[in-house]
Amino acid sequence: MSSSEGAPESWISSFCSLMGHEFFAEVSEDFIEDDFNLTGLQSQVPMYKEALEMILDVEPEEDEDEEEEEEEEEDEDELLGDERPPGYRRERRHARVASDLSVIESSAELLYGLIHQRYITSRPGIQQMLEKYEMQHFGVCPRVYCHGCKVLPVGRSDTPGQETVKMFCPSCQDLYTPPNSRFHSVDGAFFGTTFGCLFFMTFPDLDINPRFDASLNTLSPTRSASFPSTATATTTASTVTNNQPSSSTPRPAYPTELNGVRTVNFCPGLGEGKMFEPRIYGFRVSDRSRSGPRMKWLRMKPTDIIELDEMAFYKALNSYDNDGDAEMGGDNAQGADSAIARRKKAPMRRRRYNPDQMSVNGVDG
Amino acid sequence: MMEDFNSETDSDYTSYWRDWFISSRGNEYFCEIDEEYLTDRFNLTGLNTEVPYYQYALDLVTDVFDLDADDDLREQIEKSARHLYGLVHARYIVTTRGLAKMVEKWKKNDFGKCPRVMCDGNPLLPTGQHDLPNMSTVRLYCSRCEDIYNPKSSRHASIDGAYFGSSFTSMLFQVYPALLPEKSTRRYEPRIYGFRVHASAALARWQDRYREETRARLRDAGVEVKYVEDDEDEELEDEEDEEEPGIDTAQARVEGDAASSRMDLGR
Repeated sequence: MSSSEGAPESWISSFCSLMGHEFFAEVSEDFIEDDFNLTGLQSQVPMYKEALEMILDVEPEEDEDEEEEEEEEEDEDELLGDERPPGYRRERRHARVASDLSVIESSAELLYGLIHQRYITSRPGIQQMLEKYEMQHFGVCPRVYCHGCKVLPVGRSDTPGQETVKMFCPSCQDLYTPPNSRFHSVDGAFFGTTFGCLFFMTFPDLDINPRFDASLNTLSPTRSASFPSTATATTTASTVTNNQPSSSTPRPAYPTELNGVRTVNFCPGLGEGKMFEPRIYGFRVSDRSRSGPRMKWLRMKPTDIIELDEMAFYKALNSYDNDGDAEMGGDNAQGADSAIARRKKAPMRRRRYNPDQMSVNGVDG
Repeated sequence: MMEDFNSETDSDYTSYWRDWFISSRGNEYFCEIDEEYLTDRFNLTGLNTEVPYYQYALDLVTDVFDLDADDDLREQIEKSARHLYGLVHARYIVTTRGLAKMVEKWKKNDFGKCPRVMCDGNPLLPTGQHDLPNMSTVRLYCSRCEDIYNPKSSRHASIDGAYFGSSFTSMLFQVYPALLPEKSTRRYEPRIYGFRVHASAALARWQDRYREETRARLRDAGVEVKYVEDDEDEELEDEEDEEEPGIDTAQARVEGDAASSRMDLGR
């Protein structure tokens, strides 16, 4: 139990600096000391109290233990000269303590993980994760057309012991296995299902568009430039990027925000021209072929993002205003904006209790 | 790009250059080109303008190199030989024998597994985005999600994509359609406190619609498109939930409840 005692490092920072624990944020002690934040964890973690003490580096019982041990050692010392059995006894006792310790240690890790899951959705926690994200601690998306978009660690389940941590790419909205096998033993529940999306909704202005990282495209600055011309008739994209400018300039009436997400930040890695097209000797493989493409839908995005404004379509269908529906982007945008504004106002009175959650609900509807 | 494996094999370069090349670190993606294929000049048409020291390089690859060159020149030739081998490789792997060799390697998982979670570790195939050298590096194609990924190891990330070519993967599945994995409609649904996120869900609905439209169009053309889930259930949405462990949703529900009761307390 005394491994961390006396060391300058706290249990938390030594846990976070362990190999494979690079994704974890250091949960502040204030957060852990607030019992409210630990609601319900007692029933999920064996040896909860000891584990919590270990995490917080408070070891009130340790002194007693040590005294006891010392006393026994003295006793044993007296006996030690005569015969061996007490020696064995002592070893056994130590083994028991050690196993206890490892139980507590693993409980502490579980508890820390579960607290971590909650912490990273709190305001200071998500801020801390933002710093890690911006420093690219979590790596980048392996998908070619995401052009090295930075990813976030998420879980597929909030219950521990089900699945390991996965990486969420905001550019293609898909999940990937972390490339390094050291993360294949980190529990996904320690990050939780909520974190990934909440993060990008908390920081809607975070630019997730591809940056052309020299380290990634070792061979080619030419690659990105030459790609669109081979794919489709995106003649505008003879410059290096085909993201933000080219998608927004031809359409001044574009809404800046749709469905609660900035349109420039909405799946920039998807859509026509950002999908793999199987070709043989330069000719595209027809989807009528037996082994033709079947998964295009997965990486598709409407060229006109307005198509995703279901609210506007719903309104147009059940219409009190039938005039400005699908043809005019501007009207739709206004409709969408006002709808968003209305939804944002709704939960205002409750907002002060739990700002993070409420703003999510506000955007999410 | 290729400096990492220099000519430390000076002593045994005369014996089976190709064996050495295939087994050197970083070249795991390559298969061995048959002697007959290499010696047939027809297969090498046009490469003499692409590769410097073409003749020497070819001699080296076919193990008949016996020029007494100084280190500098030998290094140049060595480099050319690797380049030549790569370019011939791209041609070779779309032939019947080459395809068969690559299928063997594919079955042994030599190219790694798809990083996409929903693909359940489907084996990958190397591919290029271009057929001309020095345009892009090698990519890995997953036949399950039909997308391409960057190799995770940096020693593979520097291999030229033209050494595999853009036709290889499609050609392989034209020749061996039986090797195509079953396609799945499973996808990741981003959720916050158990609730689906509207923006992603709207896109998912749109994509599903797109898929069904494509399917209807192909059905009209007499092509039946099958997905794994078709047999299990018609309702795709429900199925998604089924596939996730039941506890997951139960847990999400519990958390949702907890959150709302918290608010009541606050009031």
